[in-house]
Amino acid sequence: MRVDPRVEQRVVGALLWSMTVVTVAVLVFIIAFVLKKGLPAVDWGFLVENPVDMGKGGGIFSTIIGTIVLTAGAILVATPLGVGTAIFLTEYTWEGPVTRIIRFGAECLAGIPSIIFGLFGFILFVTKLKFGWSILSGSLTLAFMILPTIIRTSEEAIKSVPPGFRTVSFSLGSTKWQMVTRVVLPSALPGIVTGIVLSVGRSIGETAAVIFTAGSALRIPASLFSSSRTMSVHFYILAREGISMTNAYGTAAVLIVAILGINILTYYLMHRFIRKYS
Amino acid sequence: MTTAIRVRGFSHYFGGERTLRGLDLDVERNEILGIIGPARSGKSTFLCALNRLNDLIRGSRIEGTISVDGRNIYDPDVDVVELRRKLGMVFATPVPLPRSIYENIAFGPRLAGSHDRAGLDATVKDSLEKGGLWAEVRDRLDSSALKLSGGQQQRLCLARILALKPDFILLDEPTSGLDPISTMKIEDSLRKLKKEYTIVLVTNNTKQAARVADRTAFFLNGELVEVGPTARIFTAPADSRTDDYLRGKFG
Amino acid sequence: MKSDMKGRGRNKLERTDRLVRLSLLVVAFSAVSTLAVITIFMFEQGAPIMFKYGLRSFLAGSDWYPTEKIFGLWPMIVGSLYVTLGAMVIGVPFGLACAVVLTEFSSRPVRRVIKPVIELLAGIPSVVYGFIGVVILVPFIRENLGGPGLSVLAASIILGIMILPTIISISVDSIQAIPLSYREGSVALGATKWQTVKMVLLPAARSGIIASVILGMGRAIGETMAVIMIAGNAASVPRSVLDPVRTLTSNIALEMGYASGEHRQALFATGVILFIIIMILNTVANVTSSRMKGSKG
Repeated sequence: MRVDPRVEQRVVGALLWSMTVVTVAVLVFIIAFVLKKGLPAVDWGFLVENPVDMGKGGGIFSTIIGTIVLTAGAILVATPLGVGTAIFLTEYTWEGPVTRIIRFGAECLAGIPSIIFGLFGFILFVTKLKFGWSILSGSLTLAFMILPTIIRTSEEAIKSVPPGFRTVSFSLGSTKWQMVTRVVLPSALPGIVTGIVLSVGRSIGETAAVIFTAGSALRIPASLFSSSRTMSVHFYILAREGISMTNAYGTAAVLIVAILGINILTYYLMHRFIRKYS
Repeated sequence: MTTAIRVRGFSHYFGGERTLRGLDLDVERNEILGIIGPARSGKSTFLCALNRLNDLIRGSRIEGTISVDGRNIYDPDVDVVELRRKLGMVFATPVPLPRSIYENIAFGPRLAGSHDRAGLDATVKDSLEKGGLWAEVRDRLDSSALKLSGGQQQRLCLARILALKPDFILLDEPTSGLDPISTMKIEDSLRKLKKEYTIVLVTNNTKQAARVADRTAFFLNGELVEVGPTARIFTAPADSRTDDYLRGKFG
Repeated sequence: MKSDMKGRGRNKLERTDRLVRLSLLVVAFSAVSTLAVITIFMFEQGAPIMFKYGLRSFLAGSDWYPTEKIFGLWPMIVGSLYVTLGAMVIGVPFGLACAVVLTEFSSRPVRRVIKPVIELLAGIPSVVYGFIGVVILVPFIRENLGGPGLSVLAASIILGIMILPTIISISVDSIQAIPLSYREGSVALGATKWQTVKMVLLPAARSGIIASVILGMGRAIGETMAVIMIAGNAASVPRSVLDPVRTLTSNIALEMGYASGEHRQALFATGVILFIIIMILNTVANVTSSRMKGSKG
């Protein structure tokens, strides 16, 4: 039996479209659901008060601080490493076995599940280096987890800088390092920042790698060596142990809003970057 | 006249491909040497060999010598950065850096560590004047160089290398993308500039060489076919291939 | 201004440049060395116990009583495979449908809205997915299909949604990378859009799509927190999609908090197995996608 191609086109088109609509609807639903259930629980007090009674009462202030500190630490460590790697790959070497090894390493690292990073961070930072469950262990673990993202986005940003800029810079008497710092990096900056912002989003949402390295202390961290609980970990513990559904929804809403904000920022940056070169 | 650049037995390879074949050529001080020839004849490669920009391309290899002011620029202890400041280069497509007009001109001096604002101001003004752009941009030095027209951008690129205070100006088909009026302005500037600088002008427009060059060299397939006073090359070329090219039989 | 082109103070800059290159080379190996260190630690911590109790009993043993030193990982291996396969069954068709719609069946403005929305999916923390599973999907399954609700099915559906962004973005990239002439050639022969997609585009983008599916698999098999919350975590081989299941990842995360001695080592051994599976998937994806680049010249 032969189906008329035009009929087939119509049927398949409708099918594919409805699948797409379902996908988009699921996403919108997830976000709307969390916000609807969670936002009523979020008020100023929720944001600026510390959790009381394991999170049953009070707010989430200490976990917001924990999240910010941990994420900032991870970014501070991963950015120089990632951008440095990208600069090396694009400006300081020819394509060859060395670049292939570095790229392969970064790609494999990108595929490693966060729980493995958690185990690795636990063994290396928490036990072997005796940092304990701490901001330091958590930040370092997260840093290596987001490193591949920063490498990849920075490399793409640097590659999209027009080659003519480099030739011109050299012909005006710059050393390579001057060329990189004065021409390439400023031009690639929005792209690099996009990658960093993406990594911030990933760090904020991460749970498995953090819970075994930064621990889950509810206090505001006093030093790099204090344990700290992030919003994601807090949310996980609240929901899993059934401590307080209201506060769990509230925490989830704050998480979602933060991540939405970061995604919108990423989009804004990316579009500025694309516009600049088209 | 004294010889400023002396090229002897110079060959250049990209990977296995030989792109320049045993060139012998002199550039005299304060002349405009025009280089003509069809596409892929080695003109641009030759130009980029003079300030060692070819070094940036993978698989680039040379034989022979190029002496600038009596020094072989391919000697291992030559400072390439210094060399490139001495031989400023303008490319076929104008490439303004994504900065202000002022910062484009000040880019080279800043690289060399010049930070004195008054000195930079003077350099910028002087370079833009010599490049024939000052009158048009004096009121908007802080606006983006990307907003200039194509012809203005190319004159900016010329002014930008003048700020390096070079001895030589290398131009790689500098007017190939420009309208006749912009082309004329650049050619005017070149005629004035040769009093102070030695100029090598690669062009795919033979008439341009006829208009501005003191001597003209004809390149074909990586070889120098002949070189001589422009008037002679265009009226009585020694080699039949030059004659064919100028008559438009190929290229 | 004449100079002999011998550096004056410039040589210092050149030396800096060489130093910079060396430092960058060291930095550039950070990712590779991290990978190496992770590999070494995982094996150092997890391999000895596997050999002590025998690889066979470790991999094929179907009982997991860590306090009594019985370490059979078979239920978790099977569990991971089940939920991953389930996630593929749900994620791949929807993912490919979205990719085709985004590249071929939609107008520019529509695409401009849908694409960022789908990319947002990737940003939602996995704990939030798990939570949605717990409060919506699990009760729904329990009430309408029976069983405890915490099940292979629930985990598959949530993981299926979670891998969508991976599948969609890589498939979209590989479909978009097909030269326009392919489409024009096909349409010029009178093919409909769908025929063009079916006969020309999907085959041409094959290796990219395969790579996207493999990377999606990697993501599903490695996911931890969402799965813990919705899969039920019983350490036995599930008999139906409505039975609870425990994956390799949840096995680690559930017990790591209190495990010590051989029990902790056994959890690292679980990590080793997960690690090996992931590395195989990564390598396959890597080879496939580099073949994709190769075939395009």
